[in-house]
Amino acid sequence: MFRYIVRRLLQMVLTFFGATFLVFALTFANQDDPIQALAGERPITENLRQTLMERYHLDEPFLVQYWYYMKGLLTGDFGTSLTGRKIIDMMETAWPITIKLGLMAIIIAATIAVTAGVISGIRRGSIFDNATLVVTLIILSLPIVVLAPLAQLVFGIQLKWFPPTATVNASLFDLLLPALVLGSLVIATELRVTRSAVAENLRSDYVRTARAKGLSRKRVIGVHVLRNSLIPVVTLIGVDIGGLMSGAIVTERIFNVPGVGFNLARGIGTEDGPLVVGFVSILVIIFLVVNLLVDLLYAALDPRIRYE
Amino acid sequence: MTDIKADIDVLRGIDPNAPLLEVNDLHVEFRTRDGIARAVNGANFNLAPGETLAILGESGCGKSVTAQAIMGILDSPPGYITQGEVKYRGVDLLKLPEKQRRSVRANHIAMIFQDALSALNPVFTVGFQLSELFRVHRGMSRADAKKRSIELLDQVKIPAARTRVSDYPHQFSGGMRQRVMIAMALALDPDVLIADEPTTALDVTVQAQIMGLLAELQQQRNMGLILITHDMGVVADVADRISVMYAGKVVEEAGVYDIYSRPAHPYAKALLESIPRLDMKGQQLNVIRGLPPALTAVPKGCAFNPRCAFAQDVCRQDPPPPQYIVAPGRTARCHFWRDVVGDE
Repeated sequence: MFRYIVRRLLQMVLTFFGATFLVFALTFANQDDPIQALAGERPITENLRQTLMERYHLDEPFLVQYWYYMKGLLTGDFGTSLTGRKIIDMMETAWPITIKLGLMAIIIAATIAVTAGVISGIRRGSIFDNATLVVTLIILSLPIVVLAPLAQLVFGIQLKWFPPTATVNASLFDLLLPALVLGSLVIATELRVTRSAVAENLRSDYVRTARAKGLSRKRVIGVHVLRNSLIPVVTLIGVDIGGLMSGAIVTERIFNVPGVGFNLARGIGTEDGPLVVGFVSILVIIFLVVNLLVDLLYAALDPRIRYE
Repeated sequence: MTDIKADIDVLRGIDPNAPLLEVNDLHVEFRTRDGIARAVNGANFNLAPGETLAILGESGCGKSVTAQAIMGILDSPPGYITQGEVKYRGVDLLKLPEKQRRSVRANHIAMIFQDALSALNPVFTVGFQLSELFRVHRGMSRADAKKRSIELLDQVKIPAARTRVSDYPHQFSGGMRQRVMIAMALALDPDVLIADEPTTALDVTVQAQIMGLLAELQQQRNMGLILITHDMGVVADVADRISVMYAGKVVEEAGVYDIYSRPAHPYAKALLESIPRLDMKGQQLNVIRGLPPALTAVPKGCAFNPRCAFAQDVCRQDPPPPQYIVAPGRTARCHFWRDVVGDE
């Protein structure tokens, strides 16, 4: 087990360098004229342009830029955004709100998905089962770029049930609508996986044994079936965290939530290389760590799995 | 182990002098998309304490379904009991409300299954799965239940029970797993044990050990044992009486000696003749022609008639042959049982 974790951590180092290199190369390729993008429509003096070019090493070749960047990153310096703000400061305000939003989305999605999935797994073919099938199909077929503005328009602006945008000091309620939208990204698959896992486990031999032991239906399902059915669902939730991160870019942008996704969206728009690479590097680390934790949790849930 | 029943509610209406288990005219059908499959069409048998009744038959003849109907663990839908009685000490289990029915399971009638690996829950330790019985049915504490579980594992002769109790099913060998199943079935000291092909998934030497263990535990506890199998060798060794099932009906019921020496039903006779024997070395094996009927389309009259060497017109017409009394305690559903017995 210990050796497995060490091996995974070593693999993570390689993946991390590969991923940051890729992201850096992509933003480099995306850069057309970042100084002009920063200034917007206004003209920019040749003098200022020269100073900025030198400060951000924009005149250097790609590999040299990458070298400067990694040197800073490994000494804990995320560098400065093209707007002049320290990126580490921007992260300090952005991360807490995104973590809050992400956790809310995961908890909401998992709670609804597991509850509804277990019920429709038990009552296959019932009205409830068919209704969830239709609803999940609709959610699955709506991309988040459609769903998010639609939810904002209907529930935020027309019905006024939720505030249509959020601020830095957003309360849990302010974040509820964006969290629901974000969660809907993963809820459908989680629900379908729960449903099929429950349906499959209900037919298994050990359920027959549990019934032969004179256990109540509640205990057979709540203890024996649920524990087995949750194994694939937990793995899926871990994988979904990656999906939530990309979903957060769109959701935060639309609901004006000043989190990681919001900053990333802006950074991509303004060709702000250091900003994008800095935020994505942290996203990569989180994604890798979560995946490792999910794999370890998998072994804890299923005793048949042992890591050597 | 004797005190374990002292503090539980005795099932109401129980008559200690009534037969231990009586199954009368049991009918089970599966309502599937392809039509109604009549899996059991009037099964009859009784079981006395200490007795071993073997239910013998090909795959798909309704043996396991009968067992599940007795236990009340039939998957419903699609399975339904449409007719008949299952009487335990005079109480018809089929008429009991679900809650009482549940208390009969494991307390009075317990069951073990063919494949112990899939029959045990893979994510719980065997200790948890054993303790669960004591905690749910007897309200014992975790610690007491665990102690009891270790005692049980000892009784089914699992070495190092104290440490193995916290192992998971996949960490046991096939034979040891089946011992765990037996321990689980016997935990609450039932009077009736139904073993559904308990040794089919095991190799021959382990088979013998498991059957030996079952016989020993049965004798200690004076339990009635229903042994469901298609293995004639196992039957000859341990059974007192045999019920031969075909297409959901008991076609012959007799003492083990009678049936092996002079079968009264053509199907039982054909089954016996298909056993490989040492004195027939080099000759071709006898087989039963054809296949068992699909349960959605059981032939008219005697279900065995298309494969039967004795069949005549009367066998191809309804009503199917009744249960003829061949001898006291011995029945056969064949119009020509006299010819079959006398054919020797």
